[in-house]
Amino acid sequence: MSQLLSKEKGKKMFLLGNEAIVRGSLEAGLDFAACYPGTPSSEIGNTFYEIGKEANVYFEFSTNEKVAMEVAAAASACGLRSMTFMKHVGLNVAADAFMTVAYTGVRGGFVIISADDPGCHSSQNEQDNRYYARIAKVPMLEPVNAQEAKEMTHFAFKMSEEIGMPVMLRTTTRLNHVRGAVVTGELGPQRGKGHFDKDPKKFVTIPSHARVDHVLLLERMARALAISEKSEFNSIIDMGGSEYGVITSGVAYNYVADVMAAAGIKGKILKLGMTWPLPEKMMKEFIKSVDKIVIAEEGEPLLENEVLALAKEANPKVRVYGKRSGHFSVMGEYDPDVMKAGFSKITGKDLMPKGVHKPSMEIPVRPPSLCPGCPHRSTYYAAKRALKQNFKEAIFSSDIGCYTLGIQDPMNTADFLLCMGSSVDAAGGFSKATDQPVLAYLGDSTFFHSGIHGVVNAVYNRHKFVYTILDNRTTAMTGHQPNPGMGTDGRGNPAPMVSIEDIIKGCGVDFIRTVDTSDIKEMQKAYEDALAHDKLAVIIAKRECVLLEVRARKKSGDFKTWQINQEECKKCQVCIKTWGCPAIYLAEDGTVHINEGICNGCGICAKVCPFKAIHENTEARK
Amino acid sequence: MTRIVVVGVGGQGVLFASKVISEAALADGKNAVMSEVHGMAQRGGVVMCNICVGCIESSLVGDAEADIIFAFEPMEAYRALPKANKGTRFVTSTSKVVPVVVSIGKQKYPDINAMFDEIKSITPKLTAVDADKLAIQAGSYVAANSVLLGALAGTAECPVSLEKMKEALKNTVPPKMLDINMKAFQLGYAAAQGL
Repeated sequence: MSQLLSKEKGKKMFLLGNEAIVRGSLEAGLDFAACYPGTPSSEIGNTFYEIGKEANVYFEFSTNEKVAMEVAAAASACGLRSMTFMKHVGLNVAADAFMTVAYTGVRGGFVIISADDPGCHSSQNEQDNRYYARIAKVPMLEPVNAQEAKEMTHFAFKMSEEIGMPVMLRTTTRLNHVRGAVVTGELGPQRGKGHFDKDPKKFVTIPSHARVDHVLLLERMARALAISEKSEFNSIIDMGGSEYGVITSGVAYNYVADVMAAAGIKGKILKLGMTWPLPEKMMKEFIKSVDKIVIAEEGEPLLENEVLALAKEANPKVRVYGKRSGHFSVMGEYDPDVMKAGFSKITGKDLMPKGVHKPSMEIPVRPPSLCPGCPHRSTYYAAKRALKQNFKEAIFSSDIGCYTLGIQDPMNTADFLLCMGSSVDAAGGFSKATDQPVLAYLGDSTFFHSGIHGVVNAVYNRHKFVYTILDNRTTAMTGHQPNPGMGTDGRGNPAPMVSIEDIIKGCGVDFIRTVDTSDIKEMQKAYEDALAHDKLAVIIAKRECVLLEVRARKKSGDFKTWQINQEECKKCQVCIKTWGCPAIYLAEDGTVHINEGICNGCGICAKVCPFKAIHENTEARK
Repeated sequence: MTRIVVVGVGGQGVLFASKVISEAALADGKNAVMSEVHGMAQRGGVVMCNICVGCIESSLVGDAEADIIFAFEPMEAYRALPKANKGTRFVTSTSKVVPVVVSIGKQKYPDINAMFDEIKSITPKLTAVDADKLAIQAGSYVAANSVLLGALAGTAECPVSLEKMKEALKNTVPPKMLDINMKAFQLGYAAAQGL
């Protein structure tokens, strides 16, 4: 049994922020959860996948975030405690439903988690989703550590039900992926099945109802404000004086507290945990009580703008230091050094670390790359062979997933990327705007997420390009979650397998070719034919993610690596310069070798080698 | 209070080892906070974990703040140099993982001795072990992270006891691989003690 299901109260566990969120939801008696995986929120779904059945929680991987939001909202309308969670950009996908579920309100507690990613650790932008609480008029909570993540999740369900509206919990990567001690509370009672009591005035948002809903929404937010004014999540921490009043939220609080303590900066900290609606009365009192205000918040100057507005009334002479004054940046993730730099400028004391030694020699970069044996490498390799001299002109419209790593040398097969599903949609635009060859690439999970409507559009509008679905039988980048094409559901049960081929056929595409990526020749032929086709051509590049395949092969004792015969090798470096597997390297003496520690045994380098110098080892590797 | 920066390359087991250290610290009755790296960076990129044992609030280690830099790859130990101060203990593997930009001849892998000399000009406390060699000696390539954990446990700066570290490792590795990993741990420990 997972420790997260422990019935013991007061037990100390070492949990990931995302696991603490799951525990908090179980303590609140969660019945229902739905998501589409996205880092930094992925481990929330992975945990439900593992424990959902045992915890008696209905959990599904929905096809995308909007679907998840709507599925979970319906469960809440039936009186169940329900949750959906996504990365920050996932909320863009779900935004349409999100805005209006604020209007309809909820019945069972409904919690929406937005996992933001300042610093773009694994995202295409660093948008600040605190804005969403303001646009939608939805309360927001922001934890600073794993313990608070658990407590706030639990509280969010109670508040949601008390005032009858969804509540957002906003995290950032550093919170999702922190691991710390968490003390358990009791597991909450669950409701099991719900019942939908009809109330069209509440749930059918035709204009005449929506106008009334908006009034009700404002009333609910007034109640949320009263909760915020009294919330124990908004607290003042005394740092021995009243010179500096720091107003902060989220993980920035941690760096503020440490830097002030270490540097002996006197003042107090207003730590905001319920950050929408803001506790204005409490903030005004705080603003009045200090000489100088420092705003420490990652992302946009949202608290700062509010504080400036409140200070006008409460303490017009107070000096406010933040992003607008140039002391902090809207960019990147904060850390202790960012905080030290900000406070150095503000206090005039040099708080920066002394004796920092920057390496004197140039250090090669180590960007993430396609794994050794990754089937995507074969697909890209074959496409480039088929394109020949046209490769330079060809536009590779890429998407969100491991295959974006085709951008690296020597593949260079990613030229354009906006968001989930942009590969196929934008490819249509490129095909009409230019006469260049256009190739779109996206994975199986991304296809189900937002790669289907682009096919309909391309057929309807007569776009001509080659659309490759990299079907590696999993959602690899976010940690191998199941998807509708795999035959397994979010609780590990067998599920109907949705056929990508049938969907494409149903859209009216007349060129569909499914190829095993390890057959390089067949793959190249498919590209030659597809490029010659006068309409949309679809290639399904099918082979299981090598990380899963290797796991299975190791289990069965059938895992063999490959090596280069030094007598046969002519050092032409084709395997390095065109194939680019990270397991193959050039030694300082000019000889070429395979690092058997990371070779995944796919053996395709042997097919790429013009001199047949690469051979499989006879013995299985331990 | 001990601040540890753990660095390596995606797939080397940096997360695994960091969890072992943190669990050992908790079992030792010390507070531990750990920052992990997930997602994109795990695909062969640089992976960095921060562990703060007995710290206050932050889960991140600032420049020149690391008490220990624990590296699974020598170039990554060198890259982490800004986190070091004159009292920092380095524990590093000497086994290279060559990045693709070096394999394809676009950049050069720095000379290992020159990197270690520069580290030693900042702090004399450098423990370097051939983790791959000792792992193979213990029975498998994949036990290199246990060799390194052993080497860390063999230094005076390690914030957790040898016994708790072994216990945490036992609780974390799959039973089938237990013997190989314990042997690897012992080889790493002996190597660090012998240096």
